[in-house]
Amino acid sequence: MLYLQTFLGFCITIIASIIAAWLFRVLLVRLVGHSTAKFIRTAPLTASFGMLVICMYILCAIFAPLIAPYGEAEILGGGFEPWSSTHLLGTDNLGRDVFTRLIYGARNTVGIAFLITALAFFVGTLLGLYAALKGGIIDQITSRLVDVLMAIPSLIFSLLMLTIFGTSVLSLVIVIAAIDSTRVFRIARAVALTIVHLDYIEAAKLRGERTRYLITREILPNALAPLAAEFGLRFCFVFLMISALSFLGLGLQPPTADWGSMVRDNADLISFGDITPLIPAGAIALLTIAVNFVVDWFLHKASGLKD
Amino acid sequence: MKQHLLTKINAMKQRLLTMENIHIQGKSDEQWVDIIKGVDLYLNRGEVLGLIGESGAGKSTLGLAAMGFCRDGCVISEGSVHFDGKDLLALSREDIRQLRGNRIAYVAQSAAASFNPAHKLIDQFCEAPHLHNVMGRKESEAYARKLYKRINLPSPETFGLRYPHEVSGGQLQRAMTAMALSCRPDLIIFDEPTTALDVTTQIEVLAAIKDIVKEFNTAAIYISHDLAVVAQMADRIQVLLKGEEVEQAPTKLMLKAPKKAYTKSLWAVREHARIEQPAPKKTDTPVISIRQVTAGYTSQQDVLKNVSFDIHKKRTIAVVGESGSGKSTAARVVTGLLPPRQGSIVFDGAELPADYQKRSRDQLRQIQMIYQMADTALNPKLRIRDLIARPASMYLGLSGRALDERVRALLAMIELEPDQYIDRLPSELSGGQKQRIGIARAIAAEPSFIICDEVTSALDQLVAEEILKLLDRLQSELALSYMFITHDLATVRAIADRVVVMKDGAVVEQDGKSKLFKPPHHPYTELLLSSVPEMDAEWLDRLLIARTKKRAKKRGRKAKP
Amino acid sequence: MLVKRLALGVLTLILLSLLIFLSVEALPGDLAEAILGQQATPENTAAIRRELGLDLPPWTRYLHWLGGVLQGDFGNSLALRKPIAELIAPRLANTLFLTLYTACIAVPIALILGMAASLFRNSYFDRISNITALSAISMPEFFVGYVMIYFFAISGYFPSMASINAGTPFLEKLYLCFLPALTLTLVVTAHMMRMTRAAIINVLALPYIEMARLKGVKSQRIITAHALPNAIAPIVNVVALNLAYLITGVVIVEIVFVFPGLGQLMVDGVKFRDVPVVQATALIFASAYVGLNLLADIISTISNPRLMRQR
Repeated sequence: MLYLQTFLGFCITIIASIIAAWLFRVLLVRLVGHSTAKFIRTAPLTASFGMLVICMYILCAIFAPLIAPYGEAEILGGGFEPWSSTHLLGTDNLGRDVFTRLIYGARNTVGIAFLITALAFFVGTLLGLYAALKGGIIDQITSRLVDVLMAIPSLIFSLLMLTIFGTSVLSLVIVIAAIDSTRVFRIARAVALTIVHLDYIEAAKLRGERTRYLITREILPNALAPLAAEFGLRFCFVFLMISALSFLGLGLQPPTADWGSMVRDNADLISFGDITPLIPAGAIALLTIAVNFVVDWFLHKASGLKD
Repeated sequence: MKQHLLTKINAMKQRLLTMENIHIQGKSDEQWVDIIKGVDLYLNRGEVLGLIGESGAGKSTLGLAAMGFCRDGCVISEGSVHFDGKDLLALSREDIRQLRGNRIAYVAQSAAASFNPAHKLIDQFCEAPHLHNVMGRKESEAYARKLYKRINLPSPETFGLRYPHEVSGGQLQRAMTAMALSCRPDLIIFDEPTTALDVTTQIEVLAAIKDIVKEFNTAAIYISHDLAVVAQMADRIQVLLKGEEVEQAPTKLMLKAPKKAYTKSLWAVREHARIEQPAPKKTDTPVISIRQVTAGYTSQQDVLKNVSFDIHKKRTIAVVGESGSGKSTAARVVTGLLPPRQGSIVFDGAELPADYQKRSRDQLRQIQMIYQMADTALNPKLRIRDLIARPASMYLGLSGRALDERVRALLAMIELEPDQYIDRLPSELSGGQKQRIGIARAIAAEPSFIICDEVTSALDQLVAEEILKLLDRLQSELALSYMFITHDLATVRAIADRVVVMKDGAVVEQDGKSKLFKPPHHPYTELLLSSVPEMDAEWLDRLLIARTKKRAKKRGRKAKP
Repeated sequence: MLVKRLALGVLTLILLSLLIFLSVEALPGDLAEAILGQQATPENTAAIRRELGLDLPPWTRYLHWLGGVLQGDFGNSLALRKPIAELIAPRLANTLFLTLYTACIAVPIALILGMAASLFRNSYFDRISNITALSAISMPEFFVGYVMIYFFAISGYFPSMASINAGTPFLEKLYLCFLPALTLTLVVTAHMMRMTRAAIINVLALPYIEMARLKGVKSQRIITAHALPNAIAPIVNVVALNLAYLITGVVIVEIVFVFPGLGQLMVDGVKFRDVPVVQATALIFASAYVGLNLLADIISTISNPRLMRQR
């Protein structure tokens, strides 16, 4: 019975998503200018579904206080209350409204993941492009160093670092951004290496251009497309990573609402057949799927243009 | 009546391949575009057809269609292909597979990419005969050795035991020709088999192909953009332009009397020839003087060995050599990208710092460069305006109105309408136009010396001609000196005052153009000059005979004492 | 080639151990204060320092620590006051069992699915498997884990807690660990399948594959004789990369299923700031990761005649 119900629910969800994605694409094509519309019309349904979900999450994050019925850390009574009209998704172990915390979680978890990714990209891209451009000793040293740092799996590395620096938001941001910037460095350097050997870079060097001009005007504009796709992938990665750390109790600390820790706090309910803890976990999965769908379309586009 | 029927039957027996009204479409940017627009093609047994056209004419696509094959993203939308009475487009996949490699074989442009790097050459040779049940492994191995020997591959007994990466480009291309013959096919498609090779290597491959085609009486379609090469190989020539046939005729007739204007224009190239400037006075200071330069990328190996030559004002020096001769390395030393181990570069009497980073802005301005591939020489994200304006604003301090006017003036100089082109991206220009922008960027710096690195070799002949004329005009207008790096002797004839011949990093011979092209030659110059195909159907045969005689003579001389 | 790669691997391992050791040196305050916490007085801090050898210069301590590690001695746990080697041994065995179990299911499935998808490129099978794989990659391990528990454990088919020990019989171990292994499989298979597909498609686009088709080679033989020998290197790399990825995934899954493995030990160590335990487990995880990548490189070198014949 459970399986049949789930299967039917699954099918209905898929069909609903397809319809929603289709409608969203029609809407987007209507809203934007002619040239962008031509581009969006080529988006497969998966990608427009991804864009729809991302838009919804962003709206949720921005207008969280308006949507949420209660305060983020407000304690409203007994723990583990069931779903009801006053508490849409019930309350958690401390008696806080799960729906409210889910909304705020969009702001905290997604916001911090975005901040970390942006930071990692800033540092990683800059160093990667610089190393590729300069070559020689500088490139050798930074690349070897990054190779060694990348030889440690990132979750393990961040666990080690968090042991040392403690589990504050600041150390979380710095540690994960630092670890992730090594991955960004690798990609940015690889992308830049295909560019720096091209004749127009040689021409610019021979013209006597400074490093800053070479990086910002000559290399970066040409590396932007692959880096943008990589940003999406890295965001997913960071997002899953801080969720995992929060789930282990080592990420964002209470009372900040966060999806990973919400799963951990309510995990016991699952043994009683209550799916509440699956909802924040599902929220994580849904956003990552959405971003991946959009990135996949992007990459497909980019590779399609080549051949 | 009976007689008539008989000739008709005979004609049918003769006919090997008939392609009628072929249309091929390719998908680009989500839209179907016509690549071949209704071409007819036929081939008799033992006949060699030359398929000629510029890049984008659809030669390769048509050649592959003769095998009933289309690359991914292409489709034969109309027409028919009949091979030996069979309709290739109607055959089942299995039946057509039986034909490929067995009765129709293919030789690709890049042998290095078309041999599987994981298998030995002999295994790749024997694959087709085995699969098509033509002969057993032992027999085909013996046959391979025989063919290897016939086309003069080194140590034919063990040649096949090597992997593709262990063999040089010219040898690999010959091995691929041998492989195409492995099942003794009726038809071989040669798709630009010598385009990627040096002229002296090209001769060996051409000789091998010609010899083998004649020996086995194989029919062939020989695809190339190089008329002189096709003239050696083909009995009949068919000219393609943008997916359509221009004309076709037997080779000799075609060479003598082309009918259509386009074909005539192909034949007429290389009419441009610069009048050789008189040699400068001994007392004149050269603009650039390369003095006893020895250089290399690693500390063990010298790519340049004690190279010296001068370039005087308003003169063009052509540096000629095959790949690996060090001609491009010489350019890198002059620009300062590769500081030499020994020797120096002198500009207008003053020695230049070896490393470009240590040169002053004015020293950098004086030496400019134009590249072979205009595609990679222009930043694809910058507009023409910015591409040309940058050196003008950097070196000459121009800005605002003055800069805009300068850019427009430069565009006018390179014969591009300023209003039409100034705000375009490089991707919105044709190959020749891109190369013009590269030239404009170089002269925007107002230099006295420009290095031209194979600037015409990526262009179609007509476009290349225009670029050479433009460079020549600019030279006299702006009093420029050129160092012209090229492997193409026709280009040298068109533009040089003085020629430097290089081989293996050393200068073999240097002299004024008219003197250099007149015998007696240095042996290497002789080899180089004689290897350039001429527009004469018998050139290759004559050359091969002459070379065999010479070798015999030498041997005779050695044997005597 | 091989010798060079091996030397590089060893060097990486040494640098790794140095990094792990030094990162603890960067700890604000020192180990002695961390152990004592609230009860730190100057006297007993000094005593513990002497006991741990913290008064020695870092270089000596590093060599001492490394020497111990090489002999299987990781020092003592601060929180549990036991030799770490004793704590690790059974847990390492459990974790290895779980990863191997997963690998045995995931690798064949992923390779077959990946090859199939690359062969039937752009078919419905390919598209649906691509979407499914993309979704599976995007799910956090704990989400998949709890979904498994919800569907298979509550109804009583499989246990939600994989509590095994050294004495558990093999078959029962397989049964008990089924859900965690399935969870890991789902996540890893998706990755591996996509990468296998990409690797084969890359090879299939090369000119020598077109040449093989023009020689009239059967499509089946094109895959086995022409594409696969050249795709071995990328595929081996894909497998190694994903097995290495398992190492990260295993930490989360062990927590979800309360599995007595190395990951759980490490997470507990982090929680109690039990530095020697974290050091030891991090070193083991990182070495496994480095080792797998090294192995992949060696296999792909051997499979490539161009690299092997270069001397």
